[in-house]
Amino acid sequence: MTYSFVRQDMVDARGAPVNTSGPIAWARRSLFATPSDALLTILAIVFLIWAIPPIYGFIAPTGIGGNAVAPGGTVEDCRVENAGACWAYISARMSFFIYGFYPPAEYWRPNIVFALGALLLFPLLTPKAPFKRTNAVLFFVVYPVICFYLLNGGVFGMRPVPTEQWGGLMVTLIISLVGIICSIPLGILLALGRQSSLPIIKTLCVMFIELWRAVPLITVLFMASVMLPLFMPQGTTVDKLLRALVGVTLFSSAYLAETVRGGLQALPRGQYEAASSLGLSYWKSMGFIILPQALKHVIPGIVNSFIALFKDTSLVSIVGIFDLLNTVQAASSDIEWSSPTQAITGYLFAGFVFWIFCFAMSRYSIYMERRLDTGHKR
Amino acid sequence: MAAQVTLSAPPRTAFYNDPVIRGIIYQILVALAVILFFAWIILNTAQNLAAQNKSTGFDFLFQTSGFGISFTLIPFDRSSYYWQAFLVGLLNTLLVAIIGIVFATILGFVLGVARLSSNWLVARIATVYVEIIRNIPLLLQLFFWYFAVLKAMPAVRQSYELPFNTFINQRGIIVPKPLPDSEMTFVIVALVLAIVAAIAIVRWAMSVRTATGHYPQPVVWGSLFANLLITFGFGFVAGSLLTGIFPALSGIVGFPLIAGAVLAGISLTPYTRFGRAFIGFVLTWAVMAFLLEGMFAFVPPMVIALAAVLTAAAVAWIMIKGDGRPAAEGKFPLALAVLIIIAVPGLVYWLTGATLNFEVPILERFNFSGGVQLVPELVALVFGLTIYTAAFIAENVRSGIQAVSKGQTEAAASLGLREGDRLRLVVIPQAMRVIIPPLTSQYLNLTKNSSLGAAIGYPELVNVFMGTTLNQTGKAIEVIAITMAVYLTLSLTTSAFMNWYNARVALVER
Repeated sequence: MTYSFVRQDMVDARGAPVNTSGPIAWARRSLFATPSDALLTILAIVFLIWAIPPIYGFIAPTGIGGNAVAPGGTVEDCRVENAGACWAYISARMSFFIYGFYPPAEYWRPNIVFALGALLLFPLLTPKAPFKRTNAVLFFVVYPVICFYLLNGGVFGMRPVPTEQWGGLMVTLIISLVGIICSIPLGILLALGRQSSLPIIKTLCVMFIELWRAVPLITVLFMASVMLPLFMPQGTTVDKLLRALVGVTLFSSAYLAETVRGGLQALPRGQYEAASSLGLSYWKSMGFIILPQALKHVIPGIVNSFIALFKDTSLVSIVGIFDLLNTVQAASSDIEWSSPTQAITGYLFAGFVFWIFCFAMSRYSIYMERRLDTGHKR
Repeated sequence: MAAQVTLSAPPRTAFYNDPVIRGIIYQILVALAVILFFAWIILNTAQNLAAQNKSTGFDFLFQTSGFGISFTLIPFDRSSYYWQAFLVGLLNTLLVAIIGIVFATILGFVLGVARLSSNWLVARIATVYVEIIRNIPLLLQLFFWYFAVLKAMPAVRQSYELPFNTFINQRGIIVPKPLPDSEMTFVIVALVLAIVAAIAIVRWAMSVRTATGHYPQPVVWGSLFANLLITFGFGFVAGSLLTGIFPALSGIVGFPLIAGAVLAGISLTPYTRFGRAFIGFVLTWAVMAFLLEGMFAFVPPMVIALAAVLTAAAVAWIMIKGDGRPAAEGKFPLALAVLIIIAVPGLVYWLTGATLNFEVPILERFNFSGGVQLVPELVALVFGLTIYTAAFIAENVRSGIQAVSKGQTEAAASLGLREGDRLRLVVIPQAMRVIIPPLTSQYLNLTKNSSLGAAIGYPELVNVFMGTTLNQTGKAIEVIAITMAVYLTLSLTTSAFMNWYNARVALVER
């Protein structure tokens, strides 16, 4: 017996679902999801077709489909009509870009400094490497002293090299390193001072921080280079590089102080209270309880201010110091290599060097952020 | 027997272990150290200045400067005073900051939204832009724009000619100079009034709709009328473009007028979106053909025409599939506002007989005569600042939008709001609360970074005042103090605004 309301035949199987994996599904999902998306994709592709070939042609050497002159080429190659970047010029001037006017016979000294720095920095940045404290002391205290004597000379029979002859990437790295090393303690002290309950100390710190943060770095550098000699007792001369270092350090310590303050404010009050209930003095509670946690919180922020500092070092070229940017700028009027693309090649090179350092730092900061993020997110 | 309780006296500590007294002692010591330090500096400075036979004081501001400035907003020559030089520098700084802020905000918001786009390619392009620009020093970018791009432009005689009588060469960009006559004042006043009126009408209409669920009747009729007029205008433009593409159509007398009228007629029927799609198709076709022709010089015209038609078809498709709400009924009265803003000043322009002529730059033997010359320093600085700051603003916008929890979007979706309304009514207002404070500090950064113009010779505050004036007068302390005071004022004003804003928009928590 059959009921009219009971189905007799099977329902047809549904069609297979549209692919959810594979390149076509991906394209449908992320390139052509809606008509507007499709339009945007078309426009973006048109833009890329327009922009990429000329850029590639400019950068890539002749061997691989570009017009650029590879290292080892001659200046005549660079002067050819429609020649791309003149990488030969960069490789010929490389030692100038790295060491500035440092005497070539003494290049081994900056080389040792670079190698030593890399040797100390890598274990310091690797979270799992042992001997962190020793490593930190070596890097932040011993290393700068060694660097100074190595580069400056005048001891152990090394020929003295005045700072006027330092230059290039070396000076850029020195300024950022000294800026970083000196601004960390200064910034922490300022941040603590700003959080302090003592009114005079708090006011002084607030004034200091807000003053430096309000003015552009270039005015600070001008001030350091013009006014610092006036402030010193008569007869003392302040080294030009040192003036810039003072300016950069003061400036970046103010920014660092604000970053650290963020970490101090993010700590729950209970931590402060627990520290005092243990009977710890102010400095002990800060050193053992508060700062280790606060600094850990703001490591990404600190690295970001180091990136800003590293980029800002390029400004010292305005007060006449031969940092990387200034050497590139100076070399671009070099007649021996003069060609239509000389200046632009130099800027591309300098931009690439700066970019490598900053990008590496920002990736490191993201990596630390992920590592330190101990899952308090919803 | 009562227990004997011996109350021990409070522990005797030396007075210097009392935290309060300690604090006071510390502070006195620090204050003394600071005072001594400053006294030492001031003493040294006084001695140094005496040794160099220099005087102090601000009277130098009223001496004649004796130097010229290449780009000024107010009249300035060699016989002007130093305070005028200061003013020139300040105005130039503000000019570049304001232009930069406007462009950087637009570019930054576009990039920030693009980074979050569900379109993979668009998001990737925006990410690459941000990651490249953010990690290269601004000064280097300025050098690039100034020395490698603008200074590498052809000489005056081989200037590139851009549309609208604009020329670009080594000496900068030369644009036509507007020559408004005195009646133009009325037009400008009318424009301002029209904008105010349009905003007022729209707000009123919105409030009525919030209260009653319907836009007020006059606004609906006005919108309908405005829609008709504007559709006619667009239809006319589309018709003229079509006659340009198909010369055969020019045989029909007044084809653009007919097209406009037909399309305006369609806009009254329920098929309005087909009419709009047609207009969109023609306009996109024309624009894309023009753009592609400029971008790809070596591609055969057939391919370009095909690409343009395809893109235009995509636009038309979007517009046909787009929202089917009737034009003037439930829709935001945008057309009415646009009509008011265009028509009122237009009417005044016609009634008062005002004229707006443009002085077109003309190439003469050695240079252009007429027009406004935008010096390359200004152009490079605006370019550099805009491109650099936009990368940072994009990051702020992105993090602001990401800070709005996903639940908000889902809640909006469950209320039945469509994609655009979700963004406009729910996500963006909440994101703005997060975006505005860092955005303000980016504006401040841009203003401070404009001081880098000194490095490429743009006469802004640092260049004119800390550079030339300081070198000529030698009044280091006064000049640096004034310059820093200017930036300090700008910065403190901005933070005051920010605090006020934060207090206004802060979430009221339980």
